[in-house]
This record gives sequence, C-alpha cells and structure tokens, in this order.
Amino acid sequence: MEKALCDIKYESGILSVSIDGEIDHHTAKPLREKIDAAIYLYRAPKVVIRMPNVGFMDSAGLGLILGRYAKVSELGGELTVADPEPGAEKILRLAGADKLIRIEKSGEVLK
Amino acid sequence: MRNRPVNELRLEFDSKSENESFARYAVSAFICPLDPTVGEVADVRTVVSEAVTNCVVHAYREKPGKIYIRVSWDEKRRVTIRVKDKGCGIADLEQSMRPLWTSDKSGERGGMGFTIMDSFTDKLTVKTALGRGTTVTMVKKLS
Repeated sequence: MEKALCDIKYESGILSVSIDGEIDHHTAKPLREKIDAAIYLYRAPKVVIRMPNVGFMDSAGLGLILGRYAKVSELGGELTVADPEPGAEKILRLAGADKLIRIEKSGEVLK
Repeated sequence: MRNRPVNELRLEFDSKSENESFARYAVSAFICPLDPTVGEVADVRTVVSEAVTNCVVHAYREKPGKIYIRVSWDEKRRVTIRVKDKGCGIADLEQSMRPLWTSDKSGERGGMGFTIMDSFTDKLTVKTALGRGTTVTMVKKLS
C-alpha cells in the first residue's frame, strides 16, 4: 500500500520535516500524527516542512500544512514550507496559504 | 453541441481511500495518448483525487460504496471526466462549493476541493440529490 514517509530532524531550534511521497487523504493521517508528535516534543521556534520529494499533493496536503501551521503558531513558532513542487505550490497559492506561511525555494525566500 | 468521444474509459471501484491514488493514475494514464503537458497531467491527477476523496469522505462517509468514473475525449482535445457516487448527496451545494468552507471542525481540511476542481479545469458541473448521490463532471481542454 502506498505511503508517504517523513524524516524528522531537530537541531539548534529548527525542526526539519522532510516528506517523501504523495500527500492525499489516504496518506495524510499517519504523516499528521508523526509530525504533530515532533511539534509537541521539540516545541521548536522554527519548523520547516521540506517538500522537494512530494510528487503529488491535493487539498489533503493543503489541510496537512494549514493544520500544522495552526499548531506551530499556537506554540509561538514559525512554519516554513521549503521547495514545494509546482503542483503543490499552485494549490498553496490558490488557497492563499502563501500569505500565512513562508514558502522558500532552494534557500531563496520568495514570500 | 457535444462532439462524439474519440476514446472512452469507464471504471467502477470500491469507495476506499487507498483507491484515490489508483483513480488519479488510471485517468492520467488513459489521457497519455493526447500527449498532455506535465502541468495538465498534474491538474487532471489533482481534480480526480479531489472528486474521489469527496466520494470516500462525504458521499459514503468511509462506509462501503461504489465510485464510477467515466473519462472521454473528443476531436478538439476536450477531456471530460465524470465522477459519480450513489452516496448521501449534498444538502447545501452552494455552501460546499464556497472556497475555504469545510464541514470539518478539526482544522485539518482546507475546504478547497471544489475550488481546485473548478480552477484546474475549464468547466465544472455538480449534480446532486439527497439520498441518491452526486455526479461531478469536469471538462478540460488540452493545449
């Protein structure tokens, strides 16, 4: 069965979450549980969701990111989405998520 | 006037979340002979995923049911994708189609399903009847 994986690293106040796979309604729940556990464990001032290896994302992925944004903000942290693929970025911008969440591409801050 | 379809695919499968990826790949594989752009394939995958997820989550509420997809294209490279369920139907269609509106209280859904289907295709039509089901039809003209 298809799954999206996520690799979590914490260093010097930055919680880095790298997602690998496709994010849809089917794969979002286990990702959400794993990321939330790390958000509450580390309570990092900066959380970065790295997405260069997310080949597909629909509104479930948008929900995953907006939900994490709410949790990270509640804990006083800042969420960044790094290197989304064009399809994922299109959905983030369509929903206006780029107005709430910083989107970075290959180290360069776009918004 | 609708042109006659050049090619047609019909699928019937169980309403299960693991079939969301199957559905989007099946549809995108079927339209490959039209040599769509990478962006067009991505758009088609996304809208199919949204429509099928709506069937699984809302129409059948994670209970057993069947999802029916018909895809066709005509000589003008117009791809028509119809996703149909025999689930609960939508009580307030206008509200459901509003951007960012969601029935979900947990804050885990973006409420963008219909907005994505609408903006990633050229035409979106939704027909629904309470207790009988919903049919979503999307038309996308390929370049």
